[in-house]
Amino acid sequence: MNIGILSGKGGTGKTFLSTNLAHILGANYVDCDVEEPNGFIFLNPTGIKTFEVKVDYPVIDKSKCTMCGECVKVCQFNALAKVKNNILLFEKLCHACGACEVICKFNALSYKKRTMGVIEEGKHNNAICKRGVLNIGEPMAVSVIDQLLENLNDGVNIIDCAPGTSRNVVNSLDYVDAAILVTEPTEFGFHDLKLAAKLIRTFNKPLAVVINKYVEGEEKIHQYCTDENIPILGVIPYKREVAKIYSKGEMISDIDEYRDIFMNIANEVKAVFVWS
Amino acid sequence: MELVVLSGKGGTGKTTIATAIAELTKNVVKVDCDVDAPNLYLFYKGSNIKKEYFYGRKKAVINQSLCIKCRKCEEVCRNGAIKSGEINLYKCEGCGTCTLVCPSNAIKLKDKKSADIFITKTDKGIISRAEMDIGSNGSGKLITSLRKNAKRYSDENTLTIIDGSPGIGCPVISSVTNSDISLIVTEPTRSGMEDFKRVAILCKSLGVFMLVCINKFDINEEISKEIKIYCNEHQMKVVGKIPYDDTVMKSINELKSIIYYENSVANTAIREMWKNIKNEISN
Repeated sequence: MNIGILSGKGGTGKTFLSTNLAHILGANYVDCDVEEPNGFIFLNPTGIKTFEVKVDYPVIDKSKCTMCGECVKVCQFNALAKVKNNILLFEKLCHACGACEVICKFNALSYKKRTMGVIEEGKHNNAICKRGVLNIGEPMAVSVIDQLLENLNDGVNIIDCAPGTSRNVVNSLDYVDAAILVTEPTEFGFHDLKLAAKLIRTFNKPLAVVINKYVEGEEKIHQYCTDENIPILGVIPYKREVAKIYSKGEMISDIDEYRDIFMNIANEVKAVFVWS
Repeated sequence: MELVVLSGKGGTGKTTIATAIAELTKNVVKVDCDVDAPNLYLFYKGSNIKKEYFYGRKKAVINQSLCIKCRKCEEVCRNGAIKSGEINLYKCEGCGTCTLVCPSNAIKLKDKKSADIFITKTDKGIISRAEMDIGSNGSGKLITSLRKNAKRYSDENTLTIIDGSPGIGCPVISSVTNSDISLIVTEPTRSGMEDFKRVAILCKSLGVFMLVCINKFDINEEISKEIKIYCNEHQMKVVGKIPYDDTVMKSINELKSIIYYENSVANTAIREMWKNIKNEISN
């Protein structure tokens, strides 16, 4: 069972919910927010192993290259440029699609690999924790995310996704059995919740909502979820104390006063997504 | 002058700060580059004076009447975007490799609209913004277009405020490249600080002048101090320390900038910060 935690808007509490839910459920945790992976701060996994994430890039054999420039023409990403006596590669623009290699009549192109991020794996209690870390300056996170998702472990995986609705998120949806949207009761949170819900609906995934930073009297999100037939798994109250505990990188579900909130959400998750 | 507001971590207060600074300035154009979560325009009532389709990456289209089901396209597609002769538009990156191997010329790359882009005129100036089509990608190319559109409504005295997206990927790189100042809004949480460092390193590598704002600084004064020390060590100036203030949430829900709440401590601190930023600019 793979549960994706998504949000639309950033900073609504994806990592906050993911880590606490994984902790309570004893589930594996996978941090796919590779541009800003923060889950390990809270779960503190031990015995970390590191694997490099590599992507292909083309290398031109000058002894075979006739400078015909066909490779430059087919590259849709402007990663190759023809200058006087050379073909230049802008490796960060390269999508490793293989078009240049396919078009080259002289077999002058081959691929080599370069590192653009890492995957780290460790253990929190008995559960496996993984995270991807994109190297700073790399524009495309997708390769790191894909590598994480292609190697999901058996059992229950809580997948902490990137914010937004872009390809980084869309790719994750391919691997999740159900999605939880974390939102906050502000006009911003509500606006982005609707965008994210629309995206998840497009992919026909079961969907539920958790309202973080909840204040009594909130009606808009409840009404929306009722109208759209989206179950609300629980609410986490808006309290300065919660923010303070979070700021230190501590697990809120370890504190008696708040444990029940997450226990209840965990039980709702099991009930709503029908799995035992 | 282009000022880009960034954060690394989401939800630290980029849009609140960007809007407040915009309200404190006369000649201003706003660009919402957080195309996945475009919240800036929610603060304003206005009308779209210009609407265009934005075409991002091309997509492969198979002409089924020419397709001989040889599956060569499936073999070369490194994105796994072709299955049983059907293109998965979410996965297709428009690289065109499939078009190169198709023996019957059945595949063509076609333009695919990925967003609507708008120039919205409000009583507080111009906003350049986008609404993405569901599941489309907020590419660097889109960000560049939004910035370019904004330039048409700017003169040499205009302050262009770019509300950036979280993270450090393509959209952020495109928002920062060739801008004049980046204002990084961080918060004193372990997560906030980690992400702040990552985006600061990125900005430095792109050669952009950086200023730092610690939002909700009193949530954890210890980490605020650590952020300050980090900034000192890396020659970045902390221009603002904004206290935690419930009025900010109220202001978002009333869709009115925080600077219109007279008793708000965040308001006072943001005004103070804006003075500091102006000093930095004039130096």
